[in-house]
Amino acid sequence: MAEAISSKRPKNGGGLSETARDAAARPLVRFEAVTKRFSGFAAVDRLSLDIHEGEFFALLGPSGCGKTTLLRMLAGFETPDEGRILLDGEDISGVPPYRRPVNMMFQSYALFPHLTVEGNVAFGLRQDGLPKDEIAARVKEVLALVRLEGLEKRKPHQLSGGQRQRVALARCLVKRPRVLLLDEPLAALDRRLREDTRFELMDLQSKLGLTFVIVTHDQEEAMSVADRIGVMNQGWLAQVGTPPEIYEQPISRWVAQFVGDVNLIEGRILSVGGDGALIESAGAGRLRVKQKTQAKPGDTVWVALRPEKLRMSREPPALAEENSLAGQVLDIGYLGDISIYKVRTDKGLVMKAATANMTRLIERPITWDDRVWLSWTPEAGVVLTQ
Amino acid sequence: MFAENETPPRLAALADPPLKGRDHSRTWPARLVVLVPYVWLIVFFLLPFVIVVKISLSQTAMAQPPYIPVLDLAGWEGLKNFFSELTFENYVLLFTDSLYLTSYLRSLEIAAVSTLLLLLLGFPIAYGIARAPRRWQAVLVILVMLPFWTSFLIRVYAWINILQREGLLNDALLMLGIVQQPLVWLATDAAIYIGIVYSYLPFMVLPIYATLEKMDESLLEAAADLGSPPWKAFWLVTVPLALPGIAAGALLCFIPTVGEFVIPDLLGGSEQMMIGQTLWTEFFTNRDWPVASALAVVLLCLLIGPIMIYQHMQTRQLEGAR
Amino acid sequence: MRKGLSWFNIAAIGLGLAFLYIPIAILVIYSFNASRLVTVWGGWSTRWYGELFNNEAMLDAAWISLRIALLSATVATVLGTLAALALVRIGRFRGRLMFSGMIYAPLILPEVIIGLALLLFFVAADVDRGFWTVVIAHTTLTMGFAAIIVQSRLLGFDWSVEEAAMDLGAPPLRTFLTVTLPLIAPAIASAWMLAFTLSLDDLVIASFTTGPGATTLPIRIYSEVRLGVKPEINAVCTIMIAVVALGVVAASLLSKLREDKPAVPLPGAP
Repeated sequence: MAEAISSKRPKNGGGLSETARDAAARPLVRFEAVTKRFSGFAAVDRLSLDIHEGEFFALLGPSGCGKTTLLRMLAGFETPDEGRILLDGEDISGVPPYRRPVNMMFQSYALFPHLTVEGNVAFGLRQDGLPKDEIAARVKEVLALVRLEGLEKRKPHQLSGGQRQRVALARCLVKRPRVLLLDEPLAALDRRLREDTRFELMDLQSKLGLTFVIVTHDQEEAMSVADRIGVMNQGWLAQVGTPPEIYEQPISRWVAQFVGDVNLIEGRILSVGGDGALIESAGAGRLRVKQKTQAKPGDTVWVALRPEKLRMSREPPALAEENSLAGQVLDIGYLGDISIYKVRTDKGLVMKAATANMTRLIERPITWDDRVWLSWTPEAGVVLTQ
Repeated sequence: MFAENETPPRLAALADPPLKGRDHSRTWPARLVVLVPYVWLIVFFLLPFVIVVKISLSQTAMAQPPYIPVLDLAGWEGLKNFFSELTFENYVLLFTDSLYLTSYLRSLEIAAVSTLLLLLLGFPIAYGIARAPRRWQAVLVILVMLPFWTSFLIRVYAWINILQREGLLNDALLMLGIVQQPLVWLATDAAIYIGIVYSYLPFMVLPIYATLEKMDESLLEAAADLGSPPWKAFWLVTVPLALPGIAAGALLCFIPTVGEFVIPDLLGGSEQMMIGQTLWTEFFTNRDWPVASALAVVLLCLLIGPIMIYQHMQTRQLEGAR
Repeated sequence: MRKGLSWFNIAAIGLGLAFLYIPIAILVIYSFNASRLVTVWGGWSTRWYGELFNNEAMLDAAWISLRIALLSATVATVLGTLAALALVRIGRFRGRLMFSGMIYAPLILPEVIIGLALLLFFVAADVDRGFWTVVIAHTTLTMGFAAIIVQSRLLGFDWSVEEAAMDLGAPPLRTFLTVTLPLIAPAIASAWMLAFTLSLDDLVIASFTTGPGATTLPIRIYSEVRLGVKPEINAVCTIMIAVVALGVVAASLLSKLREDKPAVPLPGAP
């Protein structure tokens, strides 16, 4: 399972979405075959994507995959070398950032050190030339929204990290942008604060009905906040879908491996039919997967199994021919709430199974070097053709 | 909460011509930012130096200005005459008359020795400041800097008070019984060294301090952890890392010192002048502008090596910090 | 580097500071010496300050120096700031190498060379030497110092605040004026102060490039000093020291009030 997965571009692009909430409506943001190069290297490579109004969209991917570049193109700090970016149906590729109804919350927050909290939040409104009392009213409103009342006169260096972040957020929100961009907003926070802030962001987004686009490398974060996720790799989209779609139905081995842990079993299609596909695999015997697939008999495929979908037992399961393997426990990783078991099957394959620790450690039923049986249902796996 | 009846203006109509990536240099404000200082420098810095070279190739004349030929841009004949009257005789004079050679050598020698003295005095001070508690470091730096901000002339002059025959140094020495007779301090090489070290000390201390201050403490801890006693860690870790600062300080002191005028003039003797004094004398006393120019050109050539090294260090530091 | 001060360190710092300040202290003290001779202490007196204020030539020279310094410092700061922006913000442009060379050169070139070159230039251009030529000369000299100070501030600058300002609707020029400029203002002020001091203090270049009627204070002091120590000179010097010291202290206090970096610059520091 430790083989390097080469990430080939999926054949069906995975960009212009079919699974949007309202597929008939015009998307708020559309990237049309956008390419951006830096010194000959394509940071974003012919990428197409739709983002719909009111959704919380996450761009997820490893460092260097181009997600931040894409975000900055939407904000206006980079211009696409090829392709177009449309906002509300209009091409904004040449529009400078200060004329776009798009606002960005910077990773470093980029608060103006010489202005107070009030000054920072009001800055954008002043650029719009709004009357003074309206500015004051809106600033007050948004500060209450992010719970920063009482701190108006402070300067950034007098605030904590979490407070600074809220100022950065308030500064964007007060302008009521069509799209709010967040560049790794939770990266600098510790775990507890991260979770709380996540909920706050989701709350704000749904309450205000705004469109958020968040860039992150943390899949847990993306999965918990986003309505839809775009998984990026080396400048293009590996898959776009809702969190369950991405996690339960990855369309490639790369996506399956990137988002969460996964067991990949290589095999050959024996037959496809009404109740799914039957696959013969050298490492795991006969596998049945209940899924519609384009693969034909004879094709090489991979079956993706999440560790938590595997059942571990001392006794062999009832139907011991399909979807079950015998093996020996190699290693156990104790994570408090769950344990990850590394099992070497009799056929030589090493698989990971995860179970919740239902009993205390001392009473753990299965331990190192035990002989166990792994089994799973036909619905538990996914057939991957790439 | 957010009333939404605002329609955004036609965005596409607001588009600027695309700025390619981060290339700022093409926009006209950027051009202006570069051009204004650039033009000033070309006119008031580069051009003057070209003229110095030209005059160094001219001959003295009892005229106003006291040199010939004067560049006459009218006509080809004028230009030809001009070039025919240029001569290298000033340079020949420099290289044959031992007065000038001695002056150059003496200047280089004094500058080198001074730089060494400055290093010996300056490094412990810089090191001390770098090791002081953080709060004090700023204050100490200001204290070292403050003399620099007060007049150079004043500070050199202050030493006359001390070094003159009836000055305070002799007073102190007499009082302490170290000498029986007042010594001569002024108009000696010793006085020049004192003056130079005194005036240029901040220029040596601050670059070294700046480099030491950036040094990562944990490097010394790592050295100790790996078995190196403090004095060894000093030579193996601290000094090599401080070298850029030492080099910058040394160059910053050496180069101007070679051409120093005020200090040797006020504190030194009149025999064996440094090149700055020689140049001044040629220019103001002898009214021999061509020779003075030639002196300047040769001095510049002597210093061009160290200057370029310094420039290179500056730009490298600039690149590294971006 | 903060592993505590050894006795050697403390001694080094103490002796170093003493070395730096004792001559100045002596100067100041003796400016109040009632007696004319350095060796004889005649009691405290401010008579030299009084005589100073009757010394027309000295006062004229001071006034001229002040005006030259104000003008040249202002122009030099503007040019130096532009140069620093060009080098740091704009980065690559044609002729950058020569540009940075010309900026940094005056910082280390011996002043006699610069002074000579400028004078010859003015003569060749048939320009009358005097007040304005000194202003031009000082501007050219101090521009590089100003540039260095502003540049070192710009190097540590977080440019994402500019992007944030543009993101919030401010076009580039307004961004510069309302965000960037206020944030580098302390450095610009330091640069101005340094340029001012350097101009006020300059002897060599002023000597070369001045003309009749434009005798600067250092030139006057120098011509008197050549004739020997004079108590009035001590008085003038003390005043100049006091003015500068006040300025530097004020600048440092101001910068302490404004959080982060100290206003006092480190010339030539790598």
